[in-house]
Amino acid sequence: MKLQIGKFMSMLRGLLIVLKYAFKRPVTLRYPEKKRDLPERSKGRHHLTKWADGLERCVGCELCAIVCPSQAIYVKPAENTPDNQVSKGERYAADYQVNMLRCIFCGYCEEACPTGAVVLGNDYELAGYDRQSLIYTKGMLTEEKPGESGFDPNREI
Amino acid sequence: MWIDIIEVLAKGLTLVLVLSGCAAYMTLCERVLMARMQLRLGPNRTGPFGLFQPMADGIKLIFKERFQPAGADTLTYWLAPAIAAFIAFFAFGLIPFGPSFEFMGREINLYIADVNSGILVILAFTSLAVYDVVLAGWSSNNRYSILGSIRGTAQMISYEIPLGLSILSVVLAAGTLNLPGIVEAQAERWFIWTHPIAFIIFVICSFAETNRAPFDLPEAEHELVAGYHTEYGGLKFGMFFMAEYINILLVSAIAITFFLGGWRGPGDLPVVWFAAKLAVFVFFFMWVRATLPRVRYDQLMTFGWKILTPIAIANLIVTAYFVLV
Ligand code: SF4
Ligand code: SF4
Repeated sequence: MKLQIGKFMSMLRGLLIVLKYAFKRPVTLRYPEKKRDLPERSKGRHHLTKWADGLERCVGCELCAIVCPSQAIYVKPAENTPDNQVSKGERYAADYQVNMLRCIFCGYCEEACPTGAVVLGNDYELAGYDRQSLIYTKGMLTEEKPGESGFDPNREI
Repeated sequence: MWIDIIEVLAKGLTLVLVLSGCAAYMTLCERVLMARMQLRLGPNRTGPFGLFQPMADGIKLIFKERFQPAGADTLTYWLAPAIAAFIAFFAFGLIPFGPSFEFMGREINLYIADVNSGILVILAFTSLAVYDVVLAGWSSNNRYSILGSIRGTAQMISYEIPLGLSILSVVLAAGTLNLPGIVEAQAERWFIWTHPIAFIIFVICSFAETNRAPFDLPEAEHELVAGYHTEYGGLKFGMFFMAEYINILLVSAIAITFFLGGWRGPGDLPVVWFAAKLAVFVFFFMWVRATLPRVRYDQLMTFGWKILTPIAIANLIVTAYFVLV
């Protein structure tokens, strides 16, 4: 009998707790109009960054492609030549693709990269109407000017 | 003669329109309330504050494909939603919403039918509500549906007994079966003060009668897809849905009439008081749905037969003793 009364009281308490929550501010947002402030280091779409002097950081080593758990990265390396010096190493990435449909934004590519070329930015609104448009190519990923994607171009890695 | 018929038709039409509108906006209200209680925003896209959402839902349901599962029993399959809606609307004809008043030299009563034994008619018709659950589950040729309807039948029949017994104690105290008479008998004191146990039993049973959480076993989404209306789509499903909401209004209206003094309240605002009490009840239904989890089937039966029914009988005997002595 005492147990039953206890159960009944806990039911009433539950009702009151739910009522209390009705007066709290909802945690969801009116999304397209209001956006959540993301933490600075949250992981979104990739950027291929450059050094301060405008040379590309990526040396085409393919470590990112190897470490990627969902095999979302494709790197096609090519040799630098004296009259076509793209990066500071021997090679550079002639093509660099990230399949945003496969990427799980784990950030391993960023960890693996020896030159800090590939970094994950904050932009998370990645949607498209077909698969093709969600394979980001080198032109889409590389920043135009050094430091444009918000990462310091003078940082070591 | 003619003017009587016109009066009844006008009242009936108003009632049906108002009830359908209420049912539509109760869905919106419930969604927003539940969302708030779960720290969400709820529907707010269609129109200002999402106020056009019920219309959008209705339009969507109307334009759905006309569908019937293979092997369904055509007549009963189409009849069941109609029975559900009809019964939900019908019993409202007996509820007094306010006192009678003079209008163009005629005395207008704010109820459609003044039946001598109104309570019996209401109980009879709410019992008929079992049929739409049974027929819908049986005719759609689906095992989830039949499971839901078997549960629904057992549940509604079990809870009808304490429900009737709790009403009976009110009838004993009021000394009449007529609904306006019962409201009249509460002029001094509402029956909730003299019959609190009967009131609690009635509210619990009304949750079971309307198949609402925590007694929503006939349509338990997590086990039975949607229970007895799994195979229904479009406006047929809409009928079941509307019937469910009108049933909530109906049991609330009955509770108000029997226990909360009907349209009585301080000041001369009969219909307003009725609507306000109704709103409180509807809010309570939604609040409970947002809080309590579904009971298990054996718990439901144990609770109904071993707890509620004995308490209701004891309450009735005690009431009878006090009425007689
Ligand atoms: S974030 Fe992870 S999944 Fe995405 S490309 Fe980099 S390594 Fe692959
Ligand atoms: S992004 Fe980094 S890890 Fe990937 S190929 Fe270029 S240098 Fe190597």
